[in-house]
Amino acid sequence: MVRRRVELKEATVPLTREDVVALSERLNEPDWLREKRLAAWELAESIPMPTTRDEPWRRTDIRSLNWDEAMHLADAGDVSLGDVPAELYRPLIGDRQGGLLVFANGKLVHSELADEIADQGVIFADLATAAMEYPELLQRLMMTEAVLPDEGKFAALHAALWTHGVLVYVPRNVHVEYPLHSVEYAPGLQMTATHVLVVLEEGASATYLHESASPTQEHQILHLGATELLVRDNADLRYVALQNWGENVYNFGHQRGRVGRDGKLDWVVGEMGCRLGKVFQTLELDGDGSWGRMSGLYFVHGRQHLDLDTQQNHHALRTTSDLLFKGALKGHSRVVWQGMIVVDPGAQQTDGFQANRNLLLDRHSRADSIPGLEIQANDVRCTHAATVGRLDDNEIFYLMSRGISREEATKLIVQGFFDPVMQRIPFEEVRERLWASIESKLDAPS
Amino acid sequence: MAAALEIRNLHVSVDNQPILKGVNLTVKQGEIHALMGPNGSGKSTLAYTLMGHPAYEVTAGQIIFDGIDLLELEPDERSHLGLFLAFQYPVAIPGVTLANFLRQAINAHRRAKNPDDKGIPIPEFRRLLKEKMDLLKIDHSFAGRYLNEGFSGGEKKRAEILQLATLEPKIAVLDETDSGLDIDALRIVAEGVNALIGPDLGVLIITHYQRILNYIQPQFVHIMLDGRIVESGGADLALRLEEHGYDWVREKANES
Repeated sequence: MVRRRVELKEATVPLTREDVVALSERLNEPDWLREKRLAAWELAESIPMPTTRDEPWRRTDIRSLNWDEAMHLADAGDVSLGDVPAELYRPLIGDRQGGLLVFANGKLVHSELADEIADQGVIFADLATAAMEYPELLQRLMMTEAVLPDEGKFAALHAALWTHGVLVYVPRNVHVEYPLHSVEYAPGLQMTATHVLVVLEEGASATYLHESASPTQEHQILHLGATELLVRDNADLRYVALQNWGENVYNFGHQRGRVGRDGKLDWVVGEMGCRLGKVFQTLELDGDGSWGRMSGLYFVHGRQHLDLDTQQNHHALRTTSDLLFKGALKGHSRVVWQGMIVVDPGAQQTDGFQANRNLLLDRHSRADSIPGLEIQANDVRCTHAATVGRLDDNEIFYLMSRGISREEATKLIVQGFFDPVMQRIPFEEVRERLWASIESKLDAPS
Repeated sequence: MAAALEIRNLHVSVDNQPILKGVNLTVKQGEIHALMGPNGSGKSTLAYTLMGHPAYEVTAGQIIFDGIDLLELEPDERSHLGLFLAFQYPVAIPGVTLANFLRQAINAHRRAKNPDDKGIPIPEFRRLLKEKMDLLKIDHSFAGRYLNEGFSGGEKKRAEILQLATLEPKIAVLDETDSGLDIDALRIVAEGVNALIGPDLGVLIITHYQRILNYIQPQFVHIMLDGRIVESGGADLALRLEEHGYDWVREKANES
């Protein structure tokens, strides 16, 4: 690969208001949506580009991002399901698929939803369709409760420029029996901005998997993501998001889940790809007795840089949060994890836990693991743990003494390391695919 | 012909500190040897060196196994030849089940013999594992537990013997397999070893105390002091140590 000289200069966004209008027109959007985009664009223009002088960005320098190269909003042209690797959209459980949406270069290329699920009133649609058919839902719920456009430069840019996305809406007391699955594959050279909005009304339950992937290319490409999970009282959502963008992608994301009274959110993220990734992921335990589990898994190598900023916010009585992020690093890669548990005054009987564990496979890789607690109630139990460790020579020796080669021994240890998080992914097929991608990174030279 | 492990004039240093200072010992398939000695005499250093731990530096001498120079080989290659070490302190591997680990080990051995081997079929592996667990009176649920994680002292040692039984080596070194075991656990582990002993297995039992030798009868007993074997004899030598301690060996060694 040719290594280019990276010029560090003050970053400016190469797009203008006219590009936002053009995007909205290309997507045939209704007026209200275009107005929303334009308001967000104004906001985005007013927010300065984050720099390492800003606390959340202190360890992530984005000056290697070449905006002119990475931020193209061109039409994707003709794409079809054939452009997407088939293993990404194979059925998750046996041959049953509750629903499947596939995007290529930000364009919808496949859409299906099982009749019995549609008959229950469940909406599983791409956002462009949803904007036409369910405008009231989007007006009311999109970027109004979970991720707000004014959270930061990238949230505002996303709100102005999102290219495609998914709406999952499950009505009151409806249980979606089979998993929903969406896949986005971006082999092209234009930026994409994906929006995922999941709403589970009172007492509803669902399992949903969202995957993104692209091949690694020479050009830098920008991805701006936002994920909103609204879990109402007594609802129960299992959400798995796997990111495997090519290692030329600069990925910025805001993700927030809100959980109502006695609701449950089981949230798993896998972060494998990207040249540079910065994701803010926040759990808001709004209702009494709400429960949230955040599980993360990452494997980076080469010069990948991943910065994960997690928050577990306890706002009500008897809430529980449990975070476990585990990752391995190879080559010159770098990971930053900053986690915070916040307990509001009055949020008594909070049970909060966070653990981040890093396994360094090379002496050049580096992980910064920064846990934090902000507790303003007195009857709580909050604990945290953060570790950065290396492969243990004694473990390798022990396995090798049984005839297992050094390479296989390393794989076994890494596999064992990830097992507790892997087990939280409810699909065998997905676990296997994820492991295969870890294995190929282990096999690759660092 | 019976395979032999020959240790010739072995000198080993750890962090540039000489520990073994000229060890000579030969263990053949079908023979049972006991190596005894006080703490710090170099017994465990010998065990780790035989298996090829990178922290143990051989400064002189040879280790020959079945006619092959072991010092050139990595630990996994030594294992493929038929050498086994039961660890005094087996390492926990979180997230890896005993069954998964054993299957990988068996497959590594099969591939070493035949590079085209596709691995042991799962039903055959299950049968083999059950058979060996029954032989060693190990509960079948053991197979699903993470390797050595949260195992009691007795469970760890039994898991080591289970690996020994499954991999069927020619020569096994048991490093302080009796340490940390109460009398019942010791009996179970010793019975396990006895069940495996036969003409195809040579054993070197490294121990501090004589008590494991009440259960496993050695034909040869060696005493190590300060990095050398200073006395060798039959089973009666162990009884003499039990009765008189190591002082007489020390005195005798100082005289010569």
